[in-house]
Amino acid sequence: MDDESQMLERLRAGDEVAFAELVDRYDGALRRLARTFVKTNAAAEDVVQETWLGVIRGLPAFEGRSSLKTWIFRILANQARTRAVKDARNVPFSSIETDGGPTVDPSSFDGDGRWASAPERLDADPEAALLSAELRAELLGAVDMLPDAQRAVITLRDLEGVPATEVAELLDITDANQRVLLHRARAKVRAALVTEVQV
Amino acid sequence: MRLFKRRHRHDHDELVCREFVELVTDYLEGMLPEDERARFEAHLAECNGCAGYLEDMRRLVASLHETPEPPVADDATREALLAAFRDLRG
Repeated sequence: MDDESQMLERLRAGDEVAFAELVDRYDGALRRLARTFVKTNAAAEDVVQETWLGVIRGLPAFEGRSSLKTWIFRILANQARTRAVKDARNVPFSSIETDGGPTVDPSSFDGDGRWASAPERLDADPEAALLSAELRAELLGAVDMLPDAQRAVITLRDLEGVPATEVAELLDITDANQRVLLHRARAKVRAALVTEVQV
Repeated sequence: MRLFKRRHRHDHDELVCREFVELVTDYLEGMLPEDERARFEAHLAECNGCAGYLEDMRRLVASLHETPEPPVADDATREALLAAFRDLRG
């Protein structure tokens, strides 16, 4: 947080180097996030552009009650929602998926609800608490295949490390919704990676 | 005397694997109520399949956290944004 308050001071003082650092730090993440809201790369570009302009204009009034990162992401979420509506698409996530079905194929379990056979394991890096390099290379591709709301949540929570309550607020959904979406997203990504292992 | 002991899921019935897999996210978030967490961990201790599933999920999440940031803005974009910054803030 200290690093952030220093950054904020420099930005308020009109320090261009600080702003360049900010752009380098978040532009990529903003583009990735924008694509969970809008349909095309072109639309995402516009949204990110508008976001940065919003950041520049909003800096004097920004009180630092939330982190700089959250604030920037919130501007993006608002821009993206506006854009999505303009593109005549339903407001994102207004209809949170009501599919409450199981996230693991029911045929994996026997009649008593136990694993019918040992579940497929994901290859892991023996030295680290991570998946194998091979599987890690597949991760973003698997995330890209997710439905929008799931992709937005897993991007914000697991790729960007934004805290749960902030994600719920950003996406204008409840904390419970956010957790359900995260759960479904992670399960889908795992299922996609298990398929990779088999191939 | 409790007549409906067996019917209550939240009684000290054991968790089965099919239920376990739907609780992993809440567990990792620390959002399981105390009694459910106890049941979850009791099952975890005795089921290799579910222990493996949870471990895979931890690794999955850790790997997502470790994913590198997307590439930085290209020079043209950065220049345009700096110009805007200069105009509005400078």
